[in-house]
Amino acid sequence: MLTLEAVEIRQGAFHLAADFSVETGARVAMIGPSGAGKSTLLDVIAGFLQPTAGRVLLDGLDITALPPAQRGCAIVFQDNNLLPHFTVAQNIGLGARPDLRLDRADRQRVAHAIERVGLTGFEARKPGQLSGGQQVRVALARVLVQRQPLVLLDEPFAALGPALKTEMLGLVDELMDETGATLLMVSHDPADARRIAPRTVLVADGRAEPPCDTGALLADPPPALRRYLGS
Amino acid sequence: MAARAVAIARGAPGHVAAALVAAVILAPVAAVLWRAGGGGWPGPADWAALRFTLTQAALSALISVALAIPAARALARRRFAGRRLLITALGAPFILPVIVAVLGLLAVFGRGGLVNAGLDALGLPGIRIYGLHGVVLAHVFFNLPLATRIILQGWQSIPAERFRLAASLGMTPTDVMRHLEWPMLRAMLPGALMVIFAICLSSFAVALTLGGGPRATTVELAIYQAFRFDFDLGRAAVLASIQLALVTLAALAALRVTQAGGFGAGLDRSLRRFDAETPALRLLDAAVLLLVAAFLLTPMAAIVWRGGAALAGLPVAVWRAAAVSLGVAAASTVLTLALALPMALAALKRPWLEVVGLLGIAASPLVIGVGLFVLINPWADPTALALPVTALVNAVMALPFALRVMIPQLRDTVADFGRLADSLGMRARDRLRLVILPRLRRQIGFAAGLAAALSIGDLGVIALFADPDIATLPLQILRLMGAYRMDAAAGAGLLLLTLSLAVFWLLDQGGRADADA
Repeated sequence: MLTLEAVEIRQGAFHLAADFSVETGARVAMIGPSGAGKSTLLDVIAGFLQPTAGRVLLDGLDITALPPAQRGCAIVFQDNNLLPHFTVAQNIGLGARPDLRLDRADRQRVAHAIERVGLTGFEARKPGQLSGGQQVRVALARVLVQRQPLVLLDEPFAALGPALKTEMLGLVDELMDETGATLLMVSHDPADARRIAPRTVLVADGRAEPPCDTGALLADPPPALRRYLGS
Repeated sequence: MAARAVAIARGAPGHVAAALVAAVILAPVAAVLWRAGGGGWPGPADWAALRFTLTQAALSALISVALAIPAARALARRRFAGRRLLITALGAPFILPVIVAVLGLLAVFGRGGLVNAGLDALGLPGIRIYGLHGVVLAHVFFNLPLATRIILQGWQSIPAERFRLAASLGMTPTDVMRHLEWPMLRAMLPGALMVIFAICLSSFAVALTLGGGPRATTVELAIYQAFRFDFDLGRAAVLASIQLALVTLAALAALRVTQAGGFGAGLDRSLRRFDAETPALRLLDAAVLLLVAAFLLTPMAAIVWRGGAALAGLPVAVWRAAAVSLGVAAASTVLTLALALPMALAALKRPWLEVVGLLGIAASPLVIGVGLFVLINPWADPTALALPVTALVNAVMALPFALRVMIPQLRDTVADFGRLADSLGMRARDRLRLVILPRLRRQIGFAAGLAAALSIGDLGVIALFADPDIATLPLQILRLMGAYRMDAAAGAGLLLLTLSLAVFWLLDQGGRADADA
């Protein structure tokens, strides 16, 4: 279980408060207007940013001050997920060993992940030779290899077309089913939330609300969300 | 978050490197100032050297910039085959060894050169290249391309829409000059003048070969003469102090008036200029570009022509000197990178570290040379250390350029991939090996190419330190010229030209090979 305990983030005029928990294995979307602090909150959970106050706990363990790689989470960024000078297999291998000294078992895991995301035959390609959708698949394969209990997605599909995005969300859904990891996904599109996240955190007006039922939230949006959705 | 992303840059090695560079520059300077205390007040010859230095630098700057304005204008408003090549070639003097250019200019403007042969055939009196006009000619040869690139950058900073607006308003070329181009020039010219003036202040190799005598001696050359011929260390130190003050003031002034400008990124953009599409202006621009190209290329062609014939019969000493030069250049290149990389990493957190690297521009090689001599002399035989000292000084001189090339890319790499490296849990060593070095390959290759070419063509400290048994290739060429063996000198010059272009090309290509996205 991921717990944000009285977390406060202040940066100049910016302010965000969060106090809620996410059940293990849950799939939660974070939506809200841009600038409200969705990605900032994700940064705090991922360990890139220290909260001004409060604690972050994963399965009861205080991870607030731990470095990003030791917190038990894997993250996919909006861009720059892949190192352009490495092949697909190497980029995925980084998830197994960040110094890339892979043993036979590591290589098997990588091969399995490549197969799982449907990139068999692309092992030796470099990111520049891949389409946008294939690049996302590589990043997801690495998440698979990392085997972390918490997966964070920071709008990695924002640049994809609608059909491709649907496909990727479907893939994420399947991968989460297989691994049982907890998913936290930032999005500015409520349709994403509706597609794979039964629960949604609304980030607006300096607050991240506790997760609530996505369908209910979108069917009867509170004023802040209504303003954002424009409906 | 920034704090952690930048944790890639472990500070300590960078600070050590910066301290080393500061010591290599500042300790000799301190030694020079200390030694100058016993050197007495400068004499008439010293003041004459100062006057000549200022005069030739001012003339060189004015003429280079005056010629560069029409050349840059022609490049800015014309589109033709070979335009990109010409602009690239304008960057070449940066890695062209000074002594090679001097040989080329001698082959064209010298006593037995093309120009005098032509004048002779017409029954006209010949020209002499030695003296003030020779020094200025060589400086214009080197700095006209630089001035053209700087001013071309100014032209291309004028938004294309303004020229389109001018065309739709029916402005004449004169109107365009007055309303669009002159304001830009007024902003650019002081910087261009000041940069070239500052560069020409430290002229040594040109003054050594084309100047000389009481009426055409720069301060740098006077340092060398006081040191080599009179062995008057006190006077050399006094002159070095004068040079230090001069260059520091000029460098500060240049920094103040210069707009930021790098190695001319994006200079190949060209623009259709409706106002300039008259036959007369076309003819003018074509003539200007042909003249500039002829001025720059003829001396090079002459070196290839004259040197090619002498290449087969080169004395063994030349080949030995070439091997020495390659060794010095290799050591200097490795040293440049070993200093630049940690300094660049540390400069991400502490930008002032790059300023330490810039010190190398302000201090002239002969000042550092004299200072190092003063420092080394009590402990060891400086001539025995001629080659290591040359490699070290070359590295310090190349360092500012290496930092300029590497730091922006390094900053981008950390911004793009720092968080990814953090989230994967890479340790500092792995980051360097797996992220930073691969992303910086091109820049490292380019910087290494610059460092190697600058070192291989350098004729500075080595002239001060070397004994007759040892020589780098530029020094060997100087000796051949001194012995009036001009054909052998031209052959060695061609060899040097080939080597410096080849090492630059090889290292630069090494950085590009297999570089992705």
